[in-house]
Amino acid sequence: MGIEVIVEGLTKSFGTQTVWQDVTLTLPPGEVSVMLGPSGTGKTVFLKSVIGLLKPERGRVLVGGVDMVNSPERDIYEARKLFGLMFQDGALFGSLNLFDNIAFPLREHTRKKESEIRRIVMERVEMVGLLGAEGKLPGEISGGMRKRAGLARALVLDPQIILCDEPDSGLDPVRTSFISQLLIDLNAQIDATMLIVTHNLDIAATVPDNMGMLFRRELVAFGPRELLLTSDEPVVRQFLSGRKDGPIGMSEEKDEATLAREQVGGHSLPTAPRRVAPQLEPSPGLPPRQAVQRRRARVLAMWDQLPAATREAVQAGLVPAQGEPA
Amino acid sequence: MTAPIRVPGAGPEPSPPPARAALPRRPVPGTGALRETGQLMTLAATTVRDTFRRPFQMRELIEQFWFVASVTILPAALVSIPFGAVIALQVGSLAQQLGAQSFTGGASVLAVIQQASPLIVALLIAGAGGSAICADLGSRKIREELDAMEVMGVSPVQRLIVPRVLATMLVAVFLNGLVSVVGTAGGYFFNVIVQHGTPGAYLSSFSALAQLPDLYISEIKAVIFGFIAGIVAAYRGLHPKGGPKGVGDAVNQSVVITFLLLFLVNVVLTAIYLQLVPQKGA
Repeated sequence: MGIEVIVEGLTKSFGTQTVWQDVTLTLPPGEVSVMLGPSGTGKTVFLKSVIGLLKPERGRVLVGGVDMVNSPERDIYEARKLFGLMFQDGALFGSLNLFDNIAFPLREHTRKKESEIRRIVMERVEMVGLLGAEGKLPGEISGGMRKRAGLARALVLDPQIILCDEPDSGLDPVRTSFISQLLIDLNAQIDATMLIVTHNLDIAATVPDNMGMLFRRELVAFGPRELLLTSDEPVVRQFLSGRKDGPIGMSEEKDEATLAREQVGGHSLPTAPRRVAPQLEPSPGLPPRQAVQRRRARVLAMWDQLPAATREAVQAGLVPAQGEPA
Repeated sequence: MTAPIRVPGAGPEPSPPPARAALPRRPVPGTGALRETGQLMTLAATTVRDTFRRPFQMRELIEQFWFVASVTILPAALVSIPFGAVIALQVGSLAQQLGAQSFTGGASVLAVIQQASPLIVALLIAGAGGSAICADLGSRKIREELDAMEVMGVSPVQRLIVPRVLATMLVAVFLNGLVSVVGTAGGYFFNVIVQHGTPGAYLSSFSALAQLPDLYISEIKAVIFGFIAGIVAAYRGLHPKGGPKGVGDAVNQSVVITFLLLFLVNVVLTAIYLQLVPQKGA
């Protein structure tokens, strides 16, 4: 089972500019979480802080007893072996071909024989659909292939926590759907805790168990996917519907004048309840995701705190799957 | 940007950034330079520490050694001949004015071995090897390769920088030997053939003035200069500002900073050596 990631009061700034402050959330073990947010709200910075590449000024990130912010470097390096991080553009080693790139963590951290390494690497290569390209250099393949190779490399050590930085950017819609399915299938197979940073609405609607959103230097919300998908908060609604009207502007934030003008103009979001798209199921033949049961128990435990719309959406999601009212 | 607009139900009231934004901490002048120096020292210390940490990257070391050697050997040899010559000519003419022609050999050889050779070696290693190392690391940094390495639990310092710094140090030692020999031979040639000095006087003044510790300090200097060149190149390569342009700037800075440090350290080492080791015939 994946490992729980606890983020407490995290604050990061560059110079005098605060990226976000007091971010507190818990990534439940084995569940898939998505972090949303407009461009430039520090989603990638958050991801890099979780894995300890960037050092926030305050707060801590607990992963299996190690604080990825303040623990000694040696412990952090050790804890990183639990992680697999898929970088935005793959971050492959330019001087190695895809096979050697994907084999790199195995050769560094394990004493496996070369034949064993070859077997594992080819398995992962096939998983991400790169068979036949493993001899190429990263400079010779397309951005989407680099991204998938980066994912394969993140997976070779069977990580307990998988972090994906914008798995969809640079991919066409079909490949994005395949990546979404791949992520869900992965979760079903290895039951790893996953955090996906994205602003792709399809991924946000169909992949995660939990969603969070960063906006205006803070975590606007974090909770079960139904909570955000049915949320009435203007920021969340605007983002999930991809409209112009709302607090999010072209620059990081709209100024007050624009916002006032919009309100005078009478633009307001329709209040009709929105349908929550069903979550992706693992491909046929794979085991059911163990996280589903755990999440169900978790959501039911917080039932009293959930708004009515969210409860309905949760119920709608539960009934067909479980055959009993929640 | 205006005051933040409150999002209803968005958790606790956002702690007011204006309070902090209104009073931006003004950095004390000079702290930037101090911080850079500190980070450079930290990198140097980490590199020394990680040198003794398993697994040792032998393959990378050999590759880097070969690379640095291949780009520096020929230029070093070519530079050292005229350098030895110019010192021989200058010292020769000065010695002639003073009426001490018989000491020309010793003086020029000492100048070549103690001063010229380690500096030539270091300048070439910084200019040819260090700049390449800095550019390589810098482009890996901006392509996030180094981050990826760290994320996979592999320390870039241990994996990449230790072999590179060791390579520059080793090449410096060997190259220093080469430059000393070629420089001395060049000096001999110009003194004896061009200036019509006497070979016997040249050689006897050499053995009268020079001693083995002169060679030791030369090699010690070469090792230290090689270390400085490697560390500075690695440090600038690890911290490029911004994109590809930043890498270019970093390479530029790494060479300039190395040169500055080299001459400074050279003064210190020379002063210490001349104080500690009694000179022959003094």
